[in-house]
Amino acid sequence: MKPFTYARPDEASDAVAALVADPDARFLAGGTNLLDHLKLGVVEPSQLVDVNRVTSTEITELDDGTLRIGAGVANSDLAADSRVRRRYPAVAAAILAGASGQLRNMASTGGNLLQRTRCPYFADATTPCTKRSLDEACSAREGWARYHAILGASESCIATHPSDLAVALVAVDAQVQVLGPDGARTIPIGEFHRLPGDDPTRDTVLEHGDLVTAVDLPAPAPAVTNSTYRKVRDRASYAFALVSVAAGLEVRDGVVADVRIALGGVAHKPWRATTAEAALRGRPATDEEFRAAITAELEAAEPVESPLGGNAYKIPLVTGTVVSTLRGLAGGTS
Amino acid sequence: MTTMDARSMGTSVRRIEGPDKVTGTAPYAGDTVADGTLVLYPVQATVARGEITAIDTSAATALPGVAAVVTHLDAPRLADDGDPEHRVLQGTTVHHRGQYVAAVLADHAEVAAEAARLVVVSYDEAPSTTGFDPDGGSYTPSALGNGQAPDSVVGDPDAALAAAPVVVKASYATPMEHHNPMEPHATTATWVDGRAIVHEASQGADLARQTLATLFDAEVEVSSPHVGGGFGTKGFLHAGTVLAVLAARTVPGRPVRFALGRRQMFETVGYRPATVQHMALGAEADGRLDALVHDVVGATARYKEFVEPAGGSSRSMYAAPHRRTSHRAVPLDLDAPTYMRAPGEAPGSFGLECAMDELAVALDMDPIELRVRNEPSVHPENGLPFSSRGLVECLRTGAERFGWSTWDRAPRRRLVDGWWHGVGVGCGTFPAFRMPGSTAEITFTGGRYVVAIGAADIGQGARTVLTQIAADALGVDVGSIEVEIGSTSLPVGSIAGGSAGTASWGSTVVEAADRFRDKYGEDPDDGDHADAATPDNPWAEEFAMAAYVAQFAEVAVHADTGEIRVPRLLGTFGVGRILNPTLGRSQLQGGMVWGLSMALHEESVVDPRFGEVINHDLAGYHIAANADVREIDAQWIDEDDGYVNPMGAKGIGEIGIVGVAAAIANATYHATGVRVRSLPITCDDLLTDPAFG
Repeated sequence: MKPFTYARPDEASDAVAALVADPDARFLAGGTNLLDHLKLGVVEPSQLVDVNRVTSTEITELDDGTLRIGAGVANSDLAADSRVRRRYPAVAAAILAGASGQLRNMASTGGNLLQRTRCPYFADATTPCTKRSLDEACSAREGWARYHAILGASESCIATHPSDLAVALVAVDAQVQVLGPDGARTIPIGEFHRLPGDDPTRDTVLEHGDLVTAVDLPAPAPAVTNSTYRKVRDRASYAFALVSVAAGLEVRDGVVADVRIALGGVAHKPWRATTAEAALRGRPATDEEFRAAITAELEAAEPVESPLGGNAYKIPLVTGTVVSTLRGLAGGTS
Repeated sequence: MTTMDARSMGTSVRRIEGPDKVTGTAPYAGDTVADGTLVLYPVQATVARGEITAIDTSAATALPGVAAVVTHLDAPRLADDGDPEHRVLQGTTVHHRGQYVAAVLADHAEVAAEAARLVVVSYDEAPSTTGFDPDGGSYTPSALGNGQAPDSVVGDPDAALAAAPVVVKASYATPMEHHNPMEPHATTATWVDGRAIVHEASQGADLARQTLATLFDAEVEVSSPHVGGGFGTKGFLHAGTVLAVLAARTVPGRPVRFALGRRQMFETVGYRPATVQHMALGAEADGRLDALVHDVVGATARYKEFVEPAGGSSRSMYAAPHRRTSHRAVPLDLDAPTYMRAPGEAPGSFGLECAMDELAVALDMDPIELRVRNEPSVHPENGLPFSSRGLVECLRTGAERFGWSTWDRAPRRRLVDGWWHGVGVGCGTFPAFRMPGSTAEITFTGGRYVVAIGAADIGQGARTVLTQIAADALGVDVGSIEVEIGSTSLPVGSIAGGSAGTASWGSTVVEAADRFRDKYGEDPDDGDHADAATPDNPWAEEFAMAAYVAQFAEVAVHADTGEIRVPRLLGTFGVGRILNPTLGRSQLQGGMVWGLSMALHEESVVDPRFGEVINHDLAGYHIAANADVREIDAQWIDEDDGYVNPMGAKGIGEIGIVGVAAAIANATYHATGVRVRSLPITCDDLLTDPAFG
């Protein structure tokens, strides 16, 4: 691998400044994704700026009921936090559905949001990939596309975002706290990740030098307290999602009062199913309504056909998973 | 024929090297790092077929820490041993993507890797074919991977099929699969005074020694005391070992270590090739088979033939007066396939045993009863009697333990908490034979018997089981036995392969023990020793000898998502005497886990545009995780077979995997009503089938 230097600043502002000064520098947190990419030659940074000393590992409750998660909080600690488990069950469940115990012990909250796609063509530096280089074409579109996007993809990229946590955060309307070269700002999680468009090299709206410092979970609505995460994958553990659903449901008198649906494994970003949510509000909490709502959402789906395996199956799979998950939240068999 | 008396055999003696393994002190091939060791990192071809036109090593050579860059231009010449895979850095021709085209030696792994990246190789690329098209151009191979003839015919199967009242015809597909033992291949090689000293992760140190000695025309020593799984890929040498020994020759006196990365495990050490199996069964209304046809089309490498003998088990499993097996090969520009756990039987039992299940459905007959009705009295092709054959007893015993009769035979009947449940059975066999060519030496020293034989412990427990065999053969306690294996400094041993390791080494040890007692009686003097070569089995031509299994699976399929889980697996085995129940159960269950993994997870996806397996890591190539393996039960019937060997032990290395994928596929049909004929079975196979609902 290409030689690089390593810095470990004591102040967050110094970490940001270090990146601003070096366009090829990268932040290093848990390293569970970046170190793989260094070895694979997917990224070749000039410098690694270790942010483990400058990001909080605390989970604190703010006066308005917001739970603030330091960007350095390990995934395993976040999943184990009793407040998270009680108030945001989808968040805890999503983390535990991802990776392995060892990885969750190393992976940070901020880093989890910033992990790169597991598209095999992206991870293989010998195959063309627009996400690695805008000069190259997408290899996945006519390749092994079983895991790829059915919503919001572009000619240049059909990758999916791999995070489980991020899907749950979208369902609970989390806010991402960022420190950048021009100071601190807040980005709603739904606007944090982006669709590929003609620049899939950018997974998020962050600019070079922006450091995630915390993730805020707003005081939970009833539909958030009654939430869960359902992940469908090719084996029972330790695999990325074929599709996943973070869902929350509040039912009053048999009618949907509030509903949250976010989908993983279907797009370049966690996909908030706003069409389905709108279709369900005020409707009876029945299988038929759930199915009709997610079917409406998936009208926009554009599955990939490929000789090595396409992903049209994700349409019935998302449908079945959403119906099953909402049925469970409504008190039925999931 | 009776088997020898057992005192230690049949008891669960603890694994001798277990404490060393769990405390990390058992040395593996890649652990042997002496001062001054150079790390090898290979440069690999980026085209699937073509010629190297130029190699520029200047930037790599200039990198500080690089000791040597070896290419075909300056590599030592190798003798031709007839194996194209061994012709490493001997010319310009590229046969497959990932082929080694240069090697960098450096003092650190990172430096070696960076230097390898700096080597610039130019190619004249030729058109290549790497995607398996079973309808593409195929040929009839001269022999199968196990040496058998590609085709066999008895009677007139086509006419019998045409006349049969009930016929099932279907095609079944199994994908390319990679072994991926936990320990990747590793070699540490040092040349001292014209002699190569090699630490190798090997299923047979002496075979490795013979191969290297031929290639390098030199004296070679190989040690391989511990191996982290082989499964066939560490049997015959692959290019990486040759590359390490070749590169080491350019830096005499310095150890060179080459430990493959996981990606290289998908590029250079073989795999199980894809097959398509065209099955045709013709039966009478009572289930008796008139005709059994198993026509296989399989992938092979263009530059080196290996044909998976997938039709093999159809030659012996069931009686049918008219029968045919055939094998055709489609050559691809990939690295060469090789032996992988139960070569032939593992994929072949998927085709045969699913077809038997479909026939049972067509006949409206219990699939166990169907198999019992087609139990042959002699080997259906060669007419030999069986030394023992436990299939029917396995089916009956297993069905009882599994609770088979409590299930309604009709599919899609049991929905529990949103999951469709069903059960299935699949059977299997694997030949029991003995490899010639080992020698065992027994020396009495310090009150103990030292038993030396170049056997290989690849995790199956050879060291422990040979200790038990030697103790019983000599009539002493296991504490009086010390077994030495895993090195060419010992008397020669055959490989751990073909489920024949214990049978071959054990028979040799028993022969040596008999000679020792004949020579020295019960009270030997210090230094007394005797040796013996592997005795021929006098019954080898008189009987058909094989292990059998009946596998039972319960499958649960989520009604909304199509997720497939296997709540229960039971394997009931007829494998002769189990020499060590703990180790034996572990090995059989390990095979069953792999069968589950084969059924639901494993598939190497070749992207023909790049000529490579695109899911070339363990994130993309799924094997069963702990959470996939729920209740898993292995049992065996009492089987006393004195014809196979003095111990009465049939091999158990392969049989565990055989039949599992079919049992799971059949159970998936029973649960859902959807018949999936292609592995692995995944949720999309079900969700996209209208019958799933």
